Amino acid sequence: MSEILNVIIDRWPNIVDATWQHIVLSIVALFWAIVLAVPTGILLTRFRKLATPVLGFISVLQTIPSLALLGFMIPLFGIGATPAVIAMVVYALLPIARNTYTGILDVDPALLEAARGMGMTKGQMLRMVELPLARSVIFAGIRTATVMTIGVATLASFIGAGGLGDLILRGIAMVDTGIILAGAVPAAILAILFDMLLAWTDWRITPKGLRIQNRT
Amino acid sequence: MGNAIVFDNVRKSYGQKAVIPNLNLSIAEGTITVLVGPSGCGKTTTMKMINQLIQPSSGKIYVNGSNALDISPVELRRNIGYVIQQVGLFPHMTIEENVTLVPRLKKQAGEVNREQVDRMLQLVGLNPDEYRHRYPRELSGGQQQRVGVARALMSDPPIVLMDEPFSALDPITREQLQDELIRLNQELNKTIVFVTHDMDEALKIADQIIVMQDGHVIQQSTPEQILRHPANEFVRGFIGEKRLTSHLTQSVDEVMVKHPVTIAPQKGLAEAVKMMVRKRVTGLIVVDKDGTYLGLADSADIHARYPEESLSIRDVMRADAAVVNVSTPLAETIPLVQQAPYGYVPVVDDLGRLRGLLTRASLVDVLARPYLEGGEEHE
Repeated sequence: MSEILNVIIDRWPNIVDATWQHIVLSIVALFWAIVLAVPTGILLTRFRKLATPVLGFISVLQTIPSLALLGFMIPLFGIGATPAVIAMVVYALLPIARNTYTGILDVDPALLEAARGMGMTKGQMLRMVELPLARSVIFAGIRTATVMTIGVATLASFIGAGGLGDLILRGIAMVDTGIILAGAVPAAILAILFDMLLAWTDWRITPKGLRIQNRT
Repeated sequence: MGNAIVFDNVRKSYGQKAVIPNLNLSIAEGTITVLVGPSGCGKTTTMKMINQLIQPSSGKIYVNGSNALDISPVELRRNIGYVIQQVGLFPHMTIEENVTLVPRLKKQAGEVNREQVDRMLQLVGLNPDEYRHRYPRELSGGQQQRVGVARALMSDPPIVLMDEPFSALDPITREQLQDELIRLNQELNKTIVFVTHDMDEALKIADQIIVMQDGHVIQQSTPEQILRHPANEFVRGFIGEKRLTSHLTQSVDEVMVKHPVTIAPQKGLAEAVKMMVRKRVTGLIVVDKDGTYLGLADSADIHARYPEESLSIRDVMRADAAVVNVSTPLAETIPLVQQAPYGYVPVVDDLGRLRGLLTRASLVDVLARPYLEGGEEHE
């Protein structure tokens, strides 16, 4: 145990750098995943015939082993942070797009009927009714994507993107459990912290009216 | 008074099937007009074509004099109030936010008119201070629909469409809201188009009733005229099935007077008179000590022979008066009661014991009840 403590103390600046890289990689990937997947999910609710093929295609991407996907990136985008982020975005798309799609479809049709009958435009319905009511489901998709992305980011080090994966790979190469743990433990903690942060945010921004259970 | 809404040769078809083959209709300004008919008769389709939630296949619909199809649907709907059965309040918005939605959509004068919100909530019987900042899920179904009505009236539209707004509520709340809608429109004079499948509701609230069947208007008239002169068998069935037949299939024991005034046969005439005066009845039912029915003693018979002091009730009663069995269907007993010399018929069970009394008053009561009160106890 003191051995691991020594490693942590020795490599502290290393760990801090790698953690920071890891966070930046994950956040950039999540940002682009949200920017791409939420509108995709919304569009699919407008063109529902496309939903099955498009979501199917995204699922297929999901089934490619992450290591292999990172490998595919090298001939296309070279090595470094960019191909790693692209691969991470591809992974994060599915939970976000699918939850956006189902979240909006699950909105009570009576509310949409009322909204239309009151004279809302399509845009107003989306902004004032569909998105606010689907928000928690979309948020759940983002949480899933976040935990996955932080996990996949450890592998990004294979194509030279840095992050906590660097420490893990180095530890494996040196057959040094201490160094492996110095990378793996912070990665796990990051995943848990981000998930908790998002859960808290979700609760904070849920309108009071939706936190109340139905009376009937 | 002009027509707020006119349908001119309107047709709506889905593929080959014409839901509304050819509809001509006018709805007068400032009235409550109820579209009524069985499910699938086209009443909801007709109503939804007014605010273009459903587009007609052909024909013209005039709303307040202009052709509704020339106005953008969004613009049209913002000037027509809309209340639906499922209420459709937005759960993430407060009551105030829900009520002010249409003005906010119109972006009227930026600031929400707080006084108008208060006035609307008061109008539908909710205390503004208590409810303004609450959320729909904190309210009961009836309260939610009150808010739904307030929301539809908020921007003061001349026309309000109501699609079975009270059908999902319990009978007592439904009654209240019906009463309040009638009261409210005496104040506001909106043109209200109200869809329901419940004829009792239609008869209660309507100024005009439009009975529909298979996409056609069968009859358009006032409730009084529809009751008096139903256009055909269908309308008669629709107004009649509940209000006449169903309670005529009731049996006698549901309607009879349960504890008629009885007297023992050995009692004297003076005692009988005293009892009739005390109980305020004109006749007595004679039973023995086991409760077996023996006959009727009417005041006329008793008075005719009153001077004969030695007589007892047994000597003056009529043992041959008509009686009915307690399980007889009510319909069969009506002629008997009408022909009975004293206006009442004793009800006995299979063993000949007295169970009750059918009077003209109790029958009139049963026959008139659906007309007088809208028939809600036969739901």
